[in-house]
Formats: sequence, structure tokens, C-alpha cells
Amino acid sequence: MSELIGSILIGIGVAFDLLGTIGLVRLPDVYNRLQAATKCVTLGTCLILVGAGVAGGGSMAARSIICAVFILITSPVGAHALARGSHLGGVKLWEKSLVDKYEEDAQQIKRGLQQGEGNSAAARGESS
Amino acid sequence: MQKRLAAFVLLFGFWLLLTWSVEAGFLVVGLLLCAFLGLVIGERSPYNMSLLNPVRWFWFLLYVPYFFYYCVKANLDVAYRVLHPDVPIRPGIVKVRTELTTELGKTFLANSITLTPGTLTVDIVGQDLYVHWINVQTADPDEQTRIVVKRFEGLLKRIFE
Repeated sequence: MSELIGSILIGIGVAFDLLGTIGLVRLPDVYNRLQAATKCVTLGTCLILVGAGVAGGGSMAARSIICAVFILITSPVGAHALARGSHLGGVKLWEKSLVDKYEEDAQQIKRGLQQGEGNSAAARGESS
Repeated sequence: MQKRLAAFVLLFGFWLLLTWSVEAGFLVVGLLLCAFLGLVIGERSPYNMSLLNPVRWFWFLLYVPYFFYYCVKANLDVAYRVLHPDVPIRPGIVKVRTELTTELGKTFLANSITLTPGTLTVDIVGQDLYVHWINVQTADPDEQTRIVVKRFEGLLKRIFE
């Protein structure tokens, strides 16, 4: 029984992963593609892991749930780093995009970054 | 010291889950390892004892199903946009404000926003979040903040602040 439920979960997970990759092909720019890739692939992969845990049981369940939690925490951070890096590196939004507040404030943010490099150690000391 | 103790408790809980065994050997190695790591990384870790407060954990347990509901909704939303023949998107980067002040709270807020329908956090500068929105519904910043941020802010405030 648990094997059947596990297989169904893995199947749903693979379907979400597939949707994410279709989004990667069909959507127009880096940021939209990241949206599809992050959301679908995170949930899809977590479902695959949970499915494996349900089918395996015991220690396998504990480990696969830990892996799922790690993916839930790290994958949005990775998407954030990619989006921020591409924007600061000059990748433009799709031409039909409506607003880009980040571009409007980009000069200020870059200046803040350059200043921040000098005293980032001090800032870290303060925040702890 | 508090930070080191909190780091030790979290690390040891993680070790127990990972090894999934209560044999004496595993426990002794785990205790030594986690005590050492707790001493080394404790002062730099963002956790302190207040995070082990049961009230926070209660709200965290409420937060998990709430988050999963929106996560599934986000996936169905992406599926709709991707499979629709016209690819119905109106993307843009908007600026929203948060009231959370702790680093950990802001991190969780940004991660939650990324995994929920149509939004992706690009950067956090102070109290401002720059969010890429796949379907910008309104041009009014207050309304944008209400839709994007308020969904999670109340719960996260109870958990982390």
C-alpha cells in the first residue's frame, strides 16, 4: 500500500518537474523562466523525495524529508542569487514587461554595494 | 553562550534525524561533533535560544500547511500560464516594503514569496523587497505590498520576532 502511495507521489512530482521544464522553454526571459523553474522543480523534487520516503519508510523517510527541507530552503535562495546577479550584470527584462523598479534604483544599489564591500565586516559584527 | 547552545541543539536534532539510530556509538560521536561545531560556529549563527520557544514552534506548525497550500497553488498557476497557448503573462519588477526586522525573518519571507504564486524575490535592500511578478495586477505600491507581502508577514512576525 505504502509503495503504491509512494509511486503516485513520485508520478505527480515528475509531472510538476516536466511542467517546470516546459516553462523554461516557453517563457520569454531569464526572470520568468526562473519563476517556472524554481516553483515547479522545487515542489516536484520534494514530492519525489517524499514519495521515496513513503515507499521506503523508517530511516529513508527521515532522510528524504531532510533533503526535501534543504531543497525548500536552498532553491529559492539560488533563484534569488541568479535573478539578482543577472539584473546587476545587465540582463534586461522582456520588452513587454510593465514596470522595473529595480532598474530605477539600480545606481543607488550598486553604489551601496561598493561602499558595503569596505565595511561589510563591521556590519556583520553589528548584526550578530 | 546562548547562541552556541541553540546551535548545538539544532545540530544534534539534525544528527539524530540523519543517523536514525540510538546506538551508543552514534550518540557519543554525534554529541562530540555537535558540541565542537556548536562552539566553532555558535557566535556566527543567526539562531538564539528564543527560537526554541514552543509558542514560536506552534506558529511554525501552522505556517507549514499554510505555506504548502500556496506552494501548490503557485504550481497550478505556473502550469496554467505555461500550458495556455498565448502564455498569458504581464511581468514586471515591483518594490514592496516589509515590517520584519530580523535577518532570519526576512530570509524566510523572501523564500516564501519566491515559492508562492507568480512572485520571485530579486533583492532585499533594508526594508525594501524587489519582487519580480509574473502578472502585475495593480500599479499602486500599497496594494502591491498588501497582495505580495501581507500573506505571510503576520505569521512570520509571530515566529521570528
